[in-house]
Amino acid sequence: MALIKLRNLSKTYDLGEVKVHALKEVSIDIKEGEFVALIGPSGSGKSTLMNTLGCLDRPTTGSYCLADEEVADLNADKLAQVRNQRIGFVFQNFNLLARTTALENVEVPLLYNPACPRRERKSRAAEFLKRVGLGERMDHKPNQLSGGQQQRVAIARALVNRPPILLCDEPTGNLDSRTSREIMELFAKLNGIEGLTVILVTHDLDVARRANRALVLIDGKVLVDTTDFNRAAEALHRRALTDDDDSATGEQASSE
Amino acid sequence: MDLLDLLVISLRTLGKNKLRSGLTVLGVVIGIASVTTMVSLGQSASQLIQDQFQNLGSNVIIVLPSASQSGGVRSGTVMTLTEADAFAIVDECPSVLAVSPFIGTAGQVIGGNVNWKPDQMLGVGPDYPIVRKASLSAGAFFTQREITAASKVCVIGYTVARQLFPDVDPVGQQVRVKNLPFTVIGVLERKGANMVGQDQDNILLMPYTTVRKRLQNSAFSNIDLIFVSARSEAVSTRAEEEIKALLNERHRTPPGEKPDFEVRNTAEVAGVMTAIMGGLAAMLTGIAAISLVVGGVGIMNIMLVSVTERTREIGVRMALGARPRDILRQFLVESVVLSSIGGAIGIALGVGIYAGIIALLNAILPTTKWSFQVSIPAAIIALLFSAAVGIFFGYYPARRASRLDPIEALRAD
Repeated sequence: MALIKLRNLSKTYDLGEVKVHALKEVSIDIKEGEFVALIGPSGSGKSTLMNTLGCLDRPTTGSYCLADEEVADLNADKLAQVRNQRIGFVFQNFNLLARTTALENVEVPLLYNPACPRRERKSRAAEFLKRVGLGERMDHKPNQLSGGQQQRVAIARALVNRPPILLCDEPTGNLDSRTSREIMELFAKLNGIEGLTVILVTHDLDVARRANRALVLIDGKVLVDTTDFNRAAEALHRRALTDDDDSATGEQASSE
Repeated sequence: MDLLDLLVISLRTLGKNKLRSGLTVLGVVIGIASVTTMVSLGQSASQLIQDQFQNLGSNVIIVLPSASQSGGVRSGTVMTLTEADAFAIVDECPSVLAVSPFIGTAGQVIGGNVNWKPDQMLGVGPDYPIVRKASLSAGAFFTQREITAASKVCVIGYTVARQLFPDVDPVGQQVRVKNLPFTVIGVLERKGANMVGQDQDNILLMPYTTVRKRLQNSAFSNIDLIFVSARSEAVSTRAEEEIKALLNERHRTPPGEKPDFEVRNTAEVAGVMTAIMGGLAAMLTGIAAISLVVGGVGIMNIMLVSVTERTREIGVRMALGARPRDILRQFLVESVVLSSIGGAIGIALGVGIYAGIIALLNAILPTTKWSFQVSIPAAIIALLFSAAVGIFFGYYPARRASRLDPIEALRAD
């Protein structure tokens, strides 16, 4: 049974004079425990798909079932609850609260989880910080941490409510290659050992290769759905060539 | 996420921007401080007026002669009141408790080797202590016997006693008034100054008969004023009516003519004075309240800036599971905490300023006694009011924050 089920999902932005079709009739299934990479050039609709999967945005048409629950039917409060307990977000720019300690940052999702009593918050946040290897730096503020450490804090924060899904938006975009590898290894471990469903959004094929399945998104459509990353690479390469021919950017290509 | 969490978060956030938070609450601090000062000063002033009228006597009604007019010719103020009028009032008016005739005189008093001029030298009746609510610190007041005999006795105020007899007990001492020897038989309790700063203890009291017969050498029974004490404040208006009716009858005032006397009710005057002071205080408080509104607008302004600045934080919180109402509450609590802190500081500052002004007034006007009274309910109301300012002016920014689109908010820089 699929944990995530998208059927003919479209997202259209109405900009007045033009309508931008960011996603066109996307249908995918993601099973529990998968490690999926969403690959595509900028403007391909990756971010829109990511926001929709993360319940930050609603589809214009089509259906999104998360664990057999139709997300389009949920109100704002229910969506917030889904984001709080079912999905963990990891962002490219970490998005930690400034001038707030690592521990307090990890505590934030627990504040919005009524199932976590106040007295357990600190110990639980500390436990997750230890799991990402930052047990020694709980009282450090983001500006006292390296990029890799900040991303680890963000990952601890994403995990602290024990969600089944981890949504990572270009998580290594701001990191050097060595730190990137460490972070990707952490994701692989979370997927392999803990059975977490990891959805990774990236434009970088090398990063994507750590996943088990690739979804290549171009012009708002899933062009390739494969476990063979060479096929994904080919599709992206072909796309890059046509782009050069048209000398058109991704944004323009996806608008009508 | 309950109120405690919200309080902790808002205090932490405000603590990160101490200077800005401080400057933001300044408006509320000034507003609440001025309201507190004004309300307290108003209370002290009202208290002062009440004390003064209490000092004057209990439920005092003053009967005084007025310019009589006949055939259109004003014949000036004439002595139309007699001691018989005074006795009639106390005998025939059921709402009257006591009366005292009143004859004013002036002069020097010599005691030992000191020559002193009391502000007031009065001839009064034996019920003067009841009427003027005066008590004695030593000795006794003169009685009907001394009145009848026109005895050369006197009762002196605290100031006179201190001036003439700094070292000895004044009771039993001899003083000379207009070359007549008087025996001091009592000393009045200290009263302090009245509203206009006049020392009420610089006084010498004699039987009114003595003043008339021995000092003024008069054969008539006219008196300057009659002091009347009503049985209670409630019946003071009725007492006034009874006196007017009685004296109109006694003086045979023709119907339609103005009577040759006037009746003044101090309770009414006190009421008017208190009302004026109350109105004045209310007006000043109103002006002070305007500064509170300005302070509230300041909070709203900074909260709006804060929402814009922290758009990304709002987006992150929403992505991590904050509901719109959680964001609304967070910002609302923040502005309420801000304004309540301002309110608390304002109350403290206001009480401080008020204490300073009271001290200053008492120093400049040593004869008046301004009381310092901090009203706890008023302080609580001020604090609640400042919290209300926070809710009122914080709601719009908080609502704006809660309505942000999480995706847009996450993209903000």
